Amino acid sequence: MSEKVLMKGNEALAEAAIMAGCRHYLGYPITPQTEIAAYMAKRMPKVGGTFLQAESEIAAINMVIGVSAAGKRAMTSSSSPGISLKGEGLSYLAGCDLPAFVVNVQRGGPGLGGIQPSQSDYFQATKGTSHGDYHMLVLAPDSVQEMVSMTFKGFDLADKYRMTVMLLADGTMGQMMEPVSLDMGEVKEYDKPWAVTGTKCEREHNVVNSLFLKPEQLEVKNFERFEKYNYIEENEVMYEEYLMDDADICIVAFGIAARVSKTAIDMARAKGIKVGMIRPITLWPFPKKALRAAADKVKSFISVEMSMGQMIEDVRLATECTKPVLLCNRVGGMIMTPDEVLAKIEEAQKTGGNN
Amino acid sequence: MAVVFEKPKALTDAVLHYCPGCTHGIVHRLVAEVIDELGIQGKTVGIASVGCSVMSYDYFDVDMVQAAHGRAPAVATGVKRANPENIVFTYQGDGDLAAIGTAETVHSAARGENITIIFVNNAIYGMTGGQMAPTTLPGQVTQTSPYGRDTQTVGFPLKVCELLSNVDGATYLERVAVNNVKNVKAAKKAIKKAFTYQTEGKGFSLIEVVSTCPTNWGMTPQNALKWLEENMIPYYPLGVYKDKYAEEA
Amino acid sequence: MTTNMLIAGFGGQGILFSGKFLAYEGLLEEKSVSWLPSYGPEMRGGTANCSVIISDTPVGSPIVSTPDILIAMNMPSLDKYENETVAGGKVFVDSALIDRKLQRTDVEAYYIPATKLANDEGLTGLANMIMLGYVIAKTGIIPFENVDRALLKVVPASKQHLIESNKKALELGYNYAE
Repeated sequence: MSEKVLMKGNEALAEAAIMAGCRHYLGYPITPQTEIAAYMAKRMPKVGGTFLQAESEIAAINMVIGVSAAGKRAMTSSSSPGISLKGEGLSYLAGCDLPAFVVNVQRGGPGLGGIQPSQSDYFQATKGTSHGDYHMLVLAPDSVQEMVSMTFKGFDLADKYRMTVMLLADGTMGQMMEPVSLDMGEVKEYDKPWAVTGTKCEREHNVVNSLFLKPEQLEVKNFERFEKYNYIEENEVMYEEYLMDDADICIVAFGIAARVSKTAIDMARAKGIKVGMIRPITLWPFPKKALRAAADKVKSFISVEMSMGQMIEDVRLATECTKPVLLCNRVGGMIMTPDEVLAKIEEAQKTGGNN
Repeated sequence: MAVVFEKPKALTDAVLHYCPGCTHGIVHRLVAEVIDELGIQGKTVGIASVGCSVMSYDYFDVDMVQAAHGRAPAVATGVKRANPENIVFTYQGDGDLAAIGTAETVHSAARGENITIIFVNNAIYGMTGGQMAPTTLPGQVTQTSPYGRDTQTVGFPLKVCELLSNVDGATYLERVAVNNVKNVKAAKKAIKKAFTYQTEGKGFSLIEVVSTCPTNWGMTPQNALKWLEENMIPYYPLGVYKDKYAEEA
Repeated sequence: MTTNMLIAGFGGQGILFSGKFLAYEGLLEEKSVSWLPSYGPEMRGGTANCSVIISDTPVGSPIVSTPDILIAMNMPSLDKYENETVAGGKVFVDSALIDRKLQRTDVEAYYIPATKLANDEGLTGLANMIMLGYVIAKTGIIPFENVDRALLKVVPASKQHLIESNKKALELGYNYAE
């Protein structure tokens, strides 16, 4: 294990991307993730890589498409309003079955919103970033160490499944510093026979394309893609369980909300309340089975999230509405305090979640 | 038997879908001939855009990427930056390049990306059935300018070569046409120079080809050529708008 | 044991730097630590604050809303956070910039004219480190004998010549406590 260093989440993930073999960063400045661009601008030239500040988020994601089509690892990063602009490109990445690594350090919305942390892009990331039937693999780290490990893993998953992996962080995760180990191990290389690197007049020409004018063909393409998605749902779900063995109440939270919840759970446990947490690390695929199993044991769920209640819908779906699900939320850049989560836990304890 | 005429190697056997009298076919052929002559087929990557030429990925026998509407120069930037040894070109129409993709066009030029843009300007949106383009002439009737383009309400056409000639990062800009043998020859020379510049690392080139769209102009191919000569070329004068290396050539 | 600290003042007072220094020394002591700044336009000349947590157990929420230790480097910070400090907590005040005493009586109040001391001793701009030296003396949050190694980590390579003056400022604050 290498020595731990104290790093900001944004900078740590940037370094992890370089360690994962990414040599092309294409981005556009926006708070609260600009440290990623600044870090890349400094580091990329030193590792023989490319940092390019694009004229727009739209151009940046299309440059990612170009680099990825050419067979190289590429990333871009932004914050909520910028991700909306990248939406078009994300759909094309899916339609072309190209790997890409995209970071969203979320801020409050809608519109220009604010610059303080938020989790209100959950729907956008897991359901509808853009047009068409597709998914992105969505990773939600809850520490600087996970920002690093999920970035490293994210690049691998992107290549493995030829799809976009989105790291969904928030302003807090990006700005906070924690001790982190950058010991990541080997980068796995993937063959990319589909890449546009020039035929060398030795093979048929490769075409990276999302246009299929014949509906029969386009349907098959979609079916094939969803076979891949089904496989991912079976094999790539990640979550953490915290004190769930004897829990009567199950908190579901990700990212910074999970960190706050952990503190609240410890406070509740000190008062003798049996509460635990399932923390999704992959938001898509969502840990449905773990939640469904928990629903047979606990009396109620609490979805703790910094949105008006987005993930809560997935919690209800996963648990098939067998148990009450309460919402504990703050929005607009506000973060719930452990006391607020504790109050919700006590409410669930008192009412059994039925209010 | 001596071969006097054959299809360029850089074109596939696919049958072009373009309308009778459309000049896309000629421009495709010129690009392919240049690729053959420069011996770069094996290392060329083309970027198809959205519009009538969307399926050029089926016609050019080189590696191809199909880009979103207007984004071809950004995709080309990515491809070129990933593998600078590749020769990268985009093939775009006027709606793609001069309306929805204006920012990508201007900024790839400003960065001096070492890529080649083939810009087919036929003053109309062909693929969607004949709507007003950023290059539609004043007074020109289209589906969305049924009373003729009224410059009082919708403004004037964009002259792309003139516009980009003020961009320091651009290396070579020339406007050509393929309406007669002489112009076809000049067009090929320009396209070849643009690709040659790229192989020499000289930076951003854009060749604008003033073209016809008989179907959506509602004319016979012959009349379309005549209309092009009488209306398009006077508004969009042919010639070199910028050539940083003109003295050397 | 978990110590939640909030350091608050103006942008430009080295608020974030002093927090980083504390967190790094905590890390070198093999504690769990976190550092979280306020961010955004307020950093440019307005108020700045950062949460620092040093703990024997993994850090849960990195946000300090009710500090065990409050360091107030200007009046608005004291006004804003005095009432948030936990009962029995410690509040450190730069009395050169804050001309009032604490209103609360259930916290321990410490006053040091850090900015004046810095100016008097030719350490302008290092009031933050004088304050930290004082805080270390009064709380034992990190061992003073190890401050050198944390300074080496947090002072950028290009500015290593500043280590001496930072050290001097820390010592000044530490000795002020006696």
